[in-house]
Amino acid sequence: MSAEHVVDARGTRCPVPVVLAARAAAPLSPGEVLVLLADDPVAVTDVPAWAWLRGHTVTAREEEGWTRYTVVVGVAEARST
Amino acid sequence: MQGGYRRGVAHTPVDPSTTPAPDGVLDASRGPLHPLARATLQAAVEAAWADPTRRHAPGRAARAHLDTARGVLAGALGVAPAQLSVHASAEEALALGLAGLRHARRRVGGGVLLGAVERSVLLLEAGEDPVPVDRVGRVDRDAWRAGLQRPGLAAAAVQTANGEVGTRQPVPALATAARDAGVPLLVDASASLGRDPLGPEGEVLVADAASFGGPPLGLLAVRPGARWSLPGPRREAEHGRALAPPWVPLVLAAAEAWRQTEAAAPADAAQARALVDDLREAAARVPDVQVAGDPLDRLPHVVTFSALFTDGEALVEELARRGLVVASGSACASSVLRASHVLTAMGVLSHGNVRVVLPLLSVAPDRAASVARLCAELPDAVHTVRRRMGTAEL
Repeated sequence: MSAEHVVDARGTRCPVPVVLAARAAAPLSPGEVLVLLADDPVAVTDVPAWAWLRGHTVTAREEEGWTRYTVVVGVAEARST
Repeated sequence: MQGGYRRGVAHTPVDPSTTPAPDGVLDASRGPLHPLARATLQAAVEAAWADPTRRHAPGRAARAHLDTARGVLAGALGVAPAQLSVHASAEEALALGLAGLRHARRRVGGGVLLGAVERSVLLLEAGEDPVPVDRVGRVDRDAWRAGLQRPGLAAAAVQTANGEVGTRQPVPALATAARDAGVPLLVDASASLGRDPLGPEGEVLVADAASFGGPPLGLLAVRPGARWSLPGPRREAEHGRALAPPWVPLVLAAAEAWRQTEAAAPADAAQARALVDDLREAAARVPDVQVAGDPLDRLPHVVTFSALFTDGEALVEELARRGLVVASGSACASSVLRASHVLTAMGVLSHGNVRVVLPLLSVAPDRAASVARLCAELPDAVHTVRRRMGTAEL
């Protein structure tokens, strides 16, 4: 899985990490991969919640002091609850 | 109940329409008081100010009022007056209720089983990994049953319903499992009493007079036969559960609030439920707004939703600018470091969060109009915040 698109949101706080991720994901096609680095604890909940709303899939891995989120862009389709 | 605890607490009748809550208040997690509870409080400050343990006439009068009010509040929880104690806050009553269960079972161990969306005070006291909840915030029954087998478990705790997202817990099923496992249960009704019918479950029961239009006041019931005791020397007040007796005017105001609320509760809940349905629908129609909690099996008067790419505090301020008073469980507020543990445990969006807790109709006669106004203003308020944050096009 190549990760050409990397967003470094370390040092920013909610909702900035999700906003940066969303900006970066907007032009991507389904199946493309975006990597987000964030150290805001709220992102642990909000990145998956955003991905779920947008139909992306996301995996998170703890690194040294931050989290690496790997987002696979899904078919753009908003969901509700 | 004419007379009763109001005997001697004379007050002029108050026309609720002349003393409504401020227009647009949609955050009733604490107050405003029911107008008659407020009138009772004012009158009781004159008539029942004394220390109820004193033997002089004012002390005896305060004691008589306290006894009657305790009877009313015990009835609210479905227990006898001798089982009910009154405390400064629901948080204090929760901590105390749990401490008593744990101390009585200290030879078994000190473990506490509880769900991940319980009140912070209980999660902090328990200090263990809580039972996970699903996406609407409901405790996982299988994990609950498995958790009951943990060695060294002293007690379990569950809320009747969540005060942030409204989701009801399956209390009868969880209580049966706890009883089968021989683990005593604390039931936290602090968000629901007076808003939603209360079941008979729980060796220990906690409520908050603020949930039914009274002042914030912790109510702690320990059922007969429950093993419950506190460490240390016997406390002098409230059946050995408190260091000092309560201030009687507050208890009288709480009892009056219950008396007023009880009769109107079914109709109030039905109207609140419909208003929250409207609000859930209106919020869900706004692009990228996620409504949290169970849409049906929930408290009638509570709803939480989160708007993607917004900031909770900014949204609260934008709505305040439009005359609407709501709360937020977001962490984006500068004063709060962590997001609502409830939203986090549910795995739902925690930024851009707005929480509505409807006041009682008798407290806020205009609540339907306020909800209608919130439904109408919400799309533009969310859009305004997004535009200001530069996220409107995302």
